Amino acid sequence: MLKIADRTFQSRLLLGTGKYPSFEIQKEAVAVSETEILTFAVRRMNIFEESQPNFLEQLDLSKYTFLPNTAGAKTAEEAARIAKLAKASGLCDMIKVEVIGDERTLLPDPVETLKASEMLLEAGFVVLPYTSDDVVLAKRLENLGVHAIMPGASPIGSGKGIINPLNLQFIIEQSEVPVIVDAGIGSPKDVTYAMELGADGILLNTAVSGAKDPVKMAKAVKYAIEAGRLGYLAGRIEEKDYAVASSPTTGMVGS
Amino acid sequence: MNVQLNGKQVEIPEEVNSVEKLLAHYHLQSRIAVVEINKEIVMKEDYVHQKLSHGDAVEIIHFVGGG
Repeated sequence: MLKIADRTFQSRLLLGTGKYPSFEIQKEAVAVSETEILTFAVRRMNIFEESQPNFLEQLDLSKYTFLPNTAGAKTAEEAARIAKLAKASGLCDMIKVEVIGDERTLLPDPVETLKASEMLLEAGFVVLPYTSDDVVLAKRLENLGVHAIMPGASPIGSGKGIINPLNLQFIIEQSEVPVIVDAGIGSPKDVTYAMELGADGILLNTAVSGAKDPVKMAKAVKYAIEAGRLGYLAGRIEEKDYAVASSPTTGMVGS
Repeated sequence: MNVQLNGKQVEIPEEVNSVEKLLAHYHLQSRIAVVEINKEIVMKEDYVHQKLSHGDAVEIIHFVGGG
């Protein structure tokens, strides 16, 4: 069970809602993933063109927890404005703080992320900051009182997987709040790896929406989370440099 | 009157003078949306009373797919 602030979730998957080939595929992918938390972006409504169908408006609102992001923000103030707009919908009080500091890598701005998190905590939000895998920054965020830490595995949408497992492990070990690995996940292998390291959850989008078959991948990711979590709880064996026989070394059949 | 709506200068009829009427004017009453006037959020319960004035900067935002 994943616990964020005072809410509990059966699923440890947080699923993004961007860039699916169609709403039909998206709906099916969301359903088979068994996710309970969906992320969204906040944008101007395109009121001057013919009304486009909106994914969120087609969902059973009672079934999901919405986690809007502050994507598009480059400063803490912009992030706070987007968060407040999202909350005013009356649909959510959780916010994924995302303040981008570099356009090419889409890596988060640590200073603005910290500042935005502080502002939004004061405003009463449940705050989940998307952050780099910096261990000290994660600590600073936790000390502010954020409700989960969301370190990136690698740049957003890159599919490169976990490029610094040691840092992720350090963050996971030190954190008293849930650690949700967010961004850069490419495949079920990455998901399982993160969960085996002890992550409390995974947030991904492109890994599913961009897969050749998003519905199959959604299912694969669900199993990967379960496999990784069980592996973590079971406690893996120690790595050794040389072989250790699994079969008895005595009682060999004589010659 | 003239307002700036989602970044665009638009002319709206004088009788469209509240947030509620503006949303109806653009057929958005049933949409999940949030309205901001001059960077101040307008809560739903105030849609009827919140007057629009010439030159207001109005943002109508909603949720779109994102990660």
